[in-house]
Amino acid sequence: MSEANVTETAPPASRRDSLRTEEMLLNMGPQHPSTHGVLRLVVRTDGEMVRESWPQIGFLHRCFEKIAESLPYAQALPYADRMDYLGSVNNGLAFCLGVEKLGAIEVSERAAHLRVIAAELNRIASHLIAFGTYALDLGAFTPFIYGFREREMAVSILEKLSGGRLLYHYPRIGGVANDLTPEIASDIRAFLVQMRKVWPEYNALLSDNQIFVKRTANVGVVTREQAIAWGFTGPCLRASGVRFDLRKDQPYSLYERFAFDVPIGEGTKGTTGDCWDRYWVRMVEILESCRIVEQALDGIPEGPVLTKVPRVLKLPKGEVYVPCENPRGELGFYIVSDGDPKALRIKSRGPSFCNLSIVNEICRDVLLADVVAILGSIDIVLGEVDR
Amino acid sequence: MGTEILKTPAPTAEELLGRAVQDPRDLTRYLYYLRNVRAEGLSVAVAPLDAAINWSRASSIWPLTFGIACCAIEMMATGAAKYDLDRFGAGAFRPTPRQADLMIVAGTVTHKMAPRVRRLYDQMPEPKFVMAMGACTIGGGPYSRLGYHVVKGIDRFLPVDVCVPGCPPRPEALIDALMYLQRKIAADRPVTDRYLRPFFSKEKRR
Amino acid sequence: MNPREIHTLLKERFGEAVRDWTEPEVGDSSLDLDSGSLHDVCVLLRDDSALRFDFLRLVSAVDRTDRIECVYHLWSYELAHSAALRVELDRSDPRVASLSDVWPTAEWHEREAYDMMGVVFENHPHLHRILLPEDWEGYPLRKDYVAPREYNGLTNE
Repeated sequence: MSEANVTETAPPASRRDSLRTEEMLLNMGPQHPSTHGVLRLVVRTDGEMVRESWPQIGFLHRCFEKIAESLPYAQALPYADRMDYLGSVNNGLAFCLGVEKLGAIEVSERAAHLRVIAAELNRIASHLIAFGTYALDLGAFTPFIYGFREREMAVSILEKLSGGRLLYHYPRIGGVANDLTPEIASDIRAFLVQMRKVWPEYNALLSDNQIFVKRTANVGVVTREQAIAWGFTGPCLRASGVRFDLRKDQPYSLYERFAFDVPIGEGTKGTTGDCWDRYWVRMVEILESCRIVEQALDGIPEGPVLTKVPRVLKLPKGEVYVPCENPRGELGFYIVSDGDPKALRIKSRGPSFCNLSIVNEICRDVLLADVVAILGSIDIVLGEVDR
Repeated sequence: MGTEILKTPAPTAEELLGRAVQDPRDLTRYLYYLRNVRAEGLSVAVAPLDAAINWSRASSIWPLTFGIACCAIEMMATGAAKYDLDRFGAGAFRPTPRQADLMIVAGTVTHKMAPRVRRLYDQMPEPKFVMAMGACTIGGGPYSRLGYHVVKGIDRFLPVDVCVPGCPPRPEALIDALMYLQRKIAADRPVTDRYLRPFFSKEKRR
Repeated sequence: MNPREIHTLLKERFGEAVRDWTEPEVGDSSLDLDSGSLHDVCVLLRDDSALRFDFLRLVSAVDRTDRIECVYHLWSYELAHSAALRVELDRSDPRVASLSDVWPTAEWHEREAYDMMGVVFENHPHLHRILLPEDWEGYPLRKDYVAPREYNGLTNE
């Protein structure tokens, strides 16, 4: 659906010396093979150079906040899953943590461990999609097939655990939906072995691929100051050199018990904070998530998985903001309650929404092809940008 | 498919193929065979044109790359390694509507998006088919009651051929829907009317 | 610094513009401000060496049926502390200064608050609807919002 406005026609040969060029407004999207959903990007181009780009969003605005404040908390939870559909366990977890903090609901240790396992598996699945689709954006098809091969393993584990293939609704207020069985545990261990085995393969395929490095290194550099000022979070922020991970710095759900490293961008192939760094942080995070899952699986205690929560849950008057580390960054729910079974206001702080707002800042004076590389490296999910 | 070959196959043609034609009902092998006998200058007769056209339409459906929301991820999974939509001839996802003949509307359509979806549909060449994937596209799904910005079903502005229920539907469901669509295409009569008379002008059709 | 200490520090600097401290029974506390002083307070919060709030987490507008509140959640990467600011606005004409020159990330958050709740941010560079179409009527997250029966020829029922 590109509407090119070309008003100037080529001048006659006698006037070649005074050849004027004109800037052109181009539309990318909302249906575009490389925009990760229904994002529309209006770019002002001068030949191949992009002078400015304005993201237009809202094509997937599904009224989450209005629905969440019109329904009881337990019923609003599945809608939170549908916000960031690639990290649905992480979304549900953030929502549950908010409600539990305000309602002072205790969660058993076993449930907390299961939440960590599910959330990290979901993070791996999400990063694998990011890996596959990023390669797809840049014109390589094979990594997509590889990424989805391992993702299917993770998804089938989560399916056994929760019953869903994509939207799990696994964390519930007061715990998790289902318990772990020995069969699922052995599946998870097999997946971790497989994931670690194929991880070097991924690097041979893409990370060190010369064409890929040329497309991504030194492209779309976000400095540390820019990243903080524009509200970058998650892998994008860490790629710019800020060692900040909510799992480490504001631990929730027993994350403080597990040993893992927080990778940051170091400018290995180019400048710190370029597209390759953002990509690489995600790749290293896959391994770190494997470590967390392994520790959680080893240390899981016996016990109940779901605390009894009143059928009509009334939270006390007050408000709470709980941030959580989503695969894409800081996801938080700001819950305001006035004592009713329904919330007065639920505001979600989506990482993709904030990460996307920087696009106009960094897509300046870059090549048109680089815009695709930059958008892919930010790894947005439109469901959560638009909510 | 009711096809019949008039001339008995020459053994040389089978040698050309490298294998025998086992089942004359298998049209795929048949067409290979026909190409090869024609190379030898033998006269052959082909079956009803309807069947041949439908067969070619149904076995090379090119969907439009058109992910809107959650269902798009399942659509991608269907096209990827494990489920491999290519086995059904529908794996060639086209990035432009001009080359596509199936629109899988995978995800919630909002009021802001609806005119764009309609426009993409209008840009697709005939014959074109629409698959409504997921509860949201069928009737608004979980957003049907409170979603002020969600269109409650894409059948309000698009002719839908197949609905795939689920939130999101599993890849198996999408494949099943695709096979359903293939059967639907196979039942179509592109060149004959209901008395099985061929028609050549558009006015006479149906 | 905990929110109580930040409140004391702000009270010294801004006096009456900072409301008195109220300890919440459950959940998070917040610093209540006069809407007129919000911009100055935020510049101080960002630049003061003891505060250094460099990250605006979110801007949320809350409709409390008699007034609209704007809540700003802040975080400091350098000093690892957080704070929440709250201003109360008149529901019939909610207006507050834009913070997009203090933290650039506020730009989109404020556009969203305008889109959903109708809060007008003064001196905002580009205050338009962000999620809903430009010709949409009403502000959906207000408590008295009634969803349109029809939009663009498509019924909503």
